[in-house]
Amino acid sequence: MAAEPKEKKPIVEIRSYKQYFNEGKKSEVRAVKDVSFSIYEGETFGLVGESGSGKSTTGRALIKLGDITGGQIFYKGEDISQIKRRKDLLKFRKSMQMIFQDPYASLNPRLTVKEIIGGALKVHGLETDSNKRTEKVYELLESVGLNKQFANRYPREFSGGQCQRVGIARALAVQPDFIIADEAISALDVSIQAQVVNLLKELKEQNNLTYLFIAHDLSMVKYISDRIGVMNNGRVLEVSNAGELYEAPLHPYTESLLSAIPTPDPESERHRVRTEYDPAYHHYDNLDRVALHEIAPEHFIYCHEDEIPLYRKKREKLLKKARQYA
Amino acid sequence: MEETTVLEVKDLAISFQTFEGVVKAVRGVEFMLKKGETLAIVGESGSGKSVSTKAINRLLPEKNTLIERGEVLFEGQDLLKLSEKDMQGIRGNDIAMIFQDPMTSLNPTMTVGKQIAEPIIAHKNVSKEEAKEKALELMDLVGIHHPKKSYKNYPHQFSGGMRQRVMIAIALACEPKILIADEPTTALDVTIQAQILDLMNKLKDELDTSIIFITHDLGVVAQMADRVAVMYAGQIVEIGTADEIFYNPMHPYTWGLLASMPTLDVDQKNLYTIPGSPPNLLHPPVGDAFAARNDYALAIDFQQEPEVFKVTDTHYAKTWLLHPDAPDVTPPLKVVRRKEKYEALFSVKMYANSTGGGINGG
Ligand SMILES: Nc1ncnc2c1ncn2[C@@H]1O[C@H](COP(=O)(O)OP(=O)(O)OP(=O)(O)O)[C@@H](O)[C@H]1O
Ligand SMILES: Nc1ncnc2c1ncn2[C@@H]1O[C@H](COP(=O)(O)OP(=O)(O)OP(=O)(O)O)[C@@H](O)[C@H]1O
Ligand SMILES: [Mg+2]
Ligand SMILES: [Mg+2]
Repeated sequence: MAAEPKEKKPIVEIRSYKQYFNEGKKSEVRAVKDVSFSIYEGETFGLVGESGSGKSTTGRALIKLGDITGGQIFYKGEDISQIKRRKDLLKFRKSMQMIFQDPYASLNPRLTVKEIIGGALKVHGLETDSNKRTEKVYELLESVGLNKQFANRYPREFSGGQCQRVGIARALAVQPDFIIADEAISALDVSIQAQVVNLLKELKEQNNLTYLFIAHDLSMVKYISDRIGVMNNGRVLEVSNAGELYEAPLHPYTESLLSAIPTPDPESERHRVRTEYDPAYHHYDNLDRVALHEIAPEHFIYCHEDEIPLYRKKREKLLKKARQYA
Repeated sequence: MEETTVLEVKDLAISFQTFEGVVKAVRGVEFMLKKGETLAIVGESGSGKSVSTKAINRLLPEKNTLIERGEVLFEGQDLLKLSEKDMQGIRGNDIAMIFQDPMTSLNPTMTVGKQIAEPIIAHKNVSKEEAKEKALELMDLVGIHHPKKSYKNYPHQFSGGMRQRVMIAIALACEPKILIADEPTTALDVTIQAQILDLMNKLKDELDTSIIFITHDLGVVAQMADRVAVMYAGQIVEIGTADEIFYNPMHPYTWGLLASMPTLDVDQKNLYTIPGSPPNLLHPPVGDAFAARNDYALAIDFQQEPEVFKVTDTHYAKTWLLHPDAPDVTPPLKVVRRKEKYEALFSVKMYANSTGGGINGG
């Protein structure tokens, strides 16, 4: 990737990350083929794209759940594959937290919410006094809009959205610097989504948190993100500032994705026209000079070198059009 | 026009025995479902959407669930009274369900192909080979790549969205009369979501399947629903056609929902949220359960539960604001805009309740 603005400091750098499952076997899956992007300290980086394109896999690689097949991942300047000692791992796990896509499956069904969240506090030595710990658990539950009476319940006894909020509270409990939120709010009703998003924004401003926000809801992603990466089939196809991505989506896959966002308006849904994306459109026969190229400052497209001028023109045209309507 | 009703839920009330006491999760839910229609259920997280619909298929945990009262009428019988054996003939066959949490509802130790073929073998009179053929066809239909290869995979080898598609294939396997879909596309990207929604609509058109669609995504509701029910604290607080709910909502909770969404075209510093937190269903409040969070609450809301007021033949709302003696109030700006847009588009004047004394001065 080309030069990034000087004043921004990357907290995460992913370079040519690859992840293959069942390598060499008949059932081999190339889940992530080539992913490179950086996340700057204090920003929210939105990751969107095709279901099965490798978003969660990338998130899991970041928090070191399993070994990666290729490439390098740096966190705060350190190659995470080199973090091995127990003490360092514990520190790493406190600094980086993940809110998982599947809330029921990511919480231990045999523990109550108090034990789940209190456990996280205890492991990281954040609250040694058990009464204070309970108080802290109540406080965390309330911050995600849950009643403190819920503390003694088991995950199974919650609705989907309530359970997801327990996962959010657990992640916030250890006061991390960096949070990966994988579909963290899609199971919540819109008012609680708004509440959690406002909370995440507030925490970010107060504590200079950084987020990787993986989601399918493109209006929410636009709202919360500073920059956005678009993934398809194991690759990042477009990276751009949030505003520009919606005004000037350059990659045909991004265009198709944006054209499919359902709007809460029955009348406009009756007249919706969706743009289909056909990967065959590109017919790159040689991937040699196909890479993530910088079309404009901070706007990257996965394309062939020869396509760069075309994308530049397209961008100019779309931005001009957007300004006309503004 | 006379339409056939396929399902009728009457005064359903469900509680759970928990460590802290009895949770009154569903408190008198009533609705009916017509043949070939899509009814969307939206509403607060924890308001009883999943519990009410799981009750239809009798899927609630026996050990701590209490069905306090109510009936679920399907083809002339009350499903709540059927024996478990009779219920098994209906579940997954006449009434199929797609769950909110695919990972926990799929069997982790069985290949996905087998899980799709299983209901076909159980309910339809076919050989194993035929069932496998049908399963592969379904996998292709819901957009699972390389069905033959994926047939032998286990759920953990699939992405969140792929697992959801497996669930959908299982639900469609027996061409059900009623499909209950609990957030079926929440885990999917918008293009695949669009394909799955098209698929469900096709099924609806071709087989006259009725769909109950639970989702938080009001965009999806606008795209799919013929009618919409809005739930809050274990009750349906408003129900109407999609146009009525989106362009002429009457209940302040519905207003709050419509106002909370970010829109693509507007920049907002902070998103609107409904103030306060949901009521404690261990001790549901007296009066209107939404009163404490409602900027438009009237004195009576804290004393007496609202009646259900009729707005049109298809539109009902449970709020005292529709009482003839209630004062006129102006809904939030975003809601007012919706009404204006609709009036401009169709040059109709939206009316308030039939008893007069409108809440939007109409
Ligand atoms: N343990 C595994 N074994 C084999 N394949 C796997 C495994 N984990 C993930 N995959 C595959 O890797 C690909 C990427 O999965 P991933 O969960 O990262 O997708 P995603 O972008 O998060 O999708 P979604 O939006 O549906 O959650 C998928 O094809 C998935 O089936
Ligand atoms: N097995 C159970 N034991 C105890 N309480 C339960 C159980 N299942 C559900 N509940 C409670 O019943 C209420 C309704 O839950 P339900 O799952 O129907 O909510 P929902 O409307 O589907 O919410 P969401 O949108 O978050 O999925 C919630 O308060 C929940 O905590
Ligand atoms: Mg995922
Ligand atoms: Mg639910």
